[in-house]
Amino acid sequence: MSEHRRAGSTVNLGLALKLGGLVLLAAIALAFPQVYTNPAITNYGVFAMIFVTVVCAWHIFSGNSGYISVGQAVFYGSGAYAMGTAAEHWHVTGTTTFALLPFVGAVGALIAVPFGLIALRVRRHTFIVITIAFFFIFQLMAYNLPFTHGTSGMNAPFLTWSPTAFNTNFYYIALACAAATIAIAWLIRRMRFGLQLRAIRDDEDRARGLGVKAMRVKLTAFVISGAITAVIGSVWFLYTTQVQPNTGFDPLFDLTIVLMAFLGGYGLISGAVLGALIIEPGTLWLNTQPQFSGGYLSEILLGAIFLVVVLFMPRGIIPTAGEYLTRLRTRGRPAVIPATATGTPAAAGSAPAAPVRSGSSGSSGGTR
Amino acid sequence: MTALLRTEGIKKSYGGVHALNGATIEVQEGTVAGLIGPNGSGKTTLFNVITGYARPDEGQVYFGDQVLTNAAPDKVFAAGIGRTFQLTRIFARLTVLENMLVAAQTQDRPRNLLAWFGKDGWAHQRRHAMELLDFVGIDRYANTLAGSLSYGQRKLLELAYVLVADPQVILLDEPAGGVNPTLINLIADRIRDLNSRGKTFLIVEHNMEFVMGLCGTITVLESGAAVASGPPDIIRTDKRVLDAYLGADLEEDPR
Repeated sequence: MSEHRRAGSTVNLGLALKLGGLVLLAAIALAFPQVYTNPAITNYGVFAMIFVTVVCAWHIFSGNSGYISVGQAVFYGSGAYAMGTAAEHWHVTGTTTFALLPFVGAVGALIAVPFGLIALRVRRHTFIVITIAFFFIFQLMAYNLPFTHGTSGMNAPFLTWSPTAFNTNFYYIALACAAATIAIAWLIRRMRFGLQLRAIRDDEDRARGLGVKAMRVKLTAFVISGAITAVIGSVWFLYTTQVQPNTGFDPLFDLTIVLMAFLGGYGLISGAVLGALIIEPGTLWLNTQPQFSGGYLSEILLGAIFLVVVLFMPRGIIPTAGEYLTRLRTRGRPAVIPATATGTPAAAGSAPAAPVRSGSSGSSGGTR
Repeated sequence: MTALLRTEGIKKSYGGVHALNGATIEVQEGTVAGLIGPNGSGKTTLFNVITGYARPDEGQVYFGDQVLTNAAPDKVFAAGIGRTFQLTRIFARLTVLENMLVAAQTQDRPRNLLAWFGKDGWAHQRRHAMELLDFVGIDRYANTLAGSLSYGQRKLLELAYVLVADPQVILLDEPAGGVNPTLINLIADRIRDLNSRGKTFLIVEHNMEFVMGLCGTITVLESGAAVASGPPDIIRTDKRVLDAYLGADLEEDPR
């Protein structure tokens, strides 16, 4: 019994630590532009938040379902162009421009439906190849469609904010997007929808045989992911004030997302956030260093990091660190009952084994 | 009495190979039916056709008064047919309990907003899932990752999560294959228990002792068609069956 109570209090302590950590992170995130008011610094913050949103949106679909999409730039660029075109067409300027964000989200969702219906019919490598194909189709359209202005691209509607306020305001907008996306990803994880996505990741056919409507579940996640990516793409467009086909639909964009997710810990929301927070400011900083001018060196470095992660830390920082911590904590003590070690439960005969029911009423396992 | 599950003249070929060549079988409601035959006789293919994992080239699948031919796996499951696989297929990176919930949650719609989002909204399903894990004897592993279970335990988990949705008919593909004798007895016990409570079974199995002891009727498949069907005693001595499949093995009983 005391065993039980102790377990209970550790759970509460863990929860308190988590909540405390979350509050602390939120406080740091909110205070950041107040402490560092220099636009050159806040610029790092804006891009970090943009990429936290992008990678979390990618996680909602790819992290849960196991379908690695490298066509997220389709949504990012389309979001930027949708915002530019709508603002130009309806003559929207100033802060009213932000009222177009829901419209941009709808455009992203609308693109995700046919994209998903085609791409999600196939799996694994074929799926990846099809997402790449979609990416190039959209980039070509951005070059050639009449309303996208070809290589010169589009300029964002004018915002009358002072240089300092400009960055700070965008920081908070991007932070709000990031927080909302993390919250959505977290809710999905708790929902049966999230469980079904992860079941699809492990064995899609088996999941279908247990009643999971796989196509509907995958498509829903893809649409949510696409809508969010389009919205944050348009925020990026308003922030950088312009978009060209090769920046909106950037081939490196998706590689960066995948790298961020894998570096932090593939399949984890925390992994997505951590990966974005490390890589995005890192590459931005490298690009500002004169000796790395042209940015090509930062790209080479990205590739090198990718190799190192895949070779030495294939599961990413958070799972690896978690494992290390558990090993430190349980050193000298027997590990938690390994499922495979104690033989079969049937050894007790036809009577069902004594019901231990650890955690049948508490928090479920697998909450990561 | 009409059959609960019936296939009629199922044909299915892969390339030039006729996996099924006019397979007609019947499973009566409330029975444990066996399906035996040499390797490559089409047993698993027939399972795949019934459960929507393969499309038949010809023929029909009937379930009660419904036609299930070409229905998708999730439709077949919703109609009340659950199955296991010869090589167990579990969700390795979900916990044992989560494995159970995947099946449970496709059954009912959550009743309120809390149920959509909160884990505790599924209290009823979780309780039911735990009862079933207890029933097959792996409840103490509820919170371990399913991937760390032993092969036999995976078989039990598969049986348990098929039961979650309370299907009318359960198709088991080699439930005793590669499992130790004690566990085989447990599995047989559980099947009898469920059958006494009205569940209908169709079992593919190579372990003759298991099949003969458990099944009320046995159908023999050979080269993609049913060559004989009847109670174990008849099948045991049927000339065609001995020729087609059992040979002298059964009389000598190598065990």
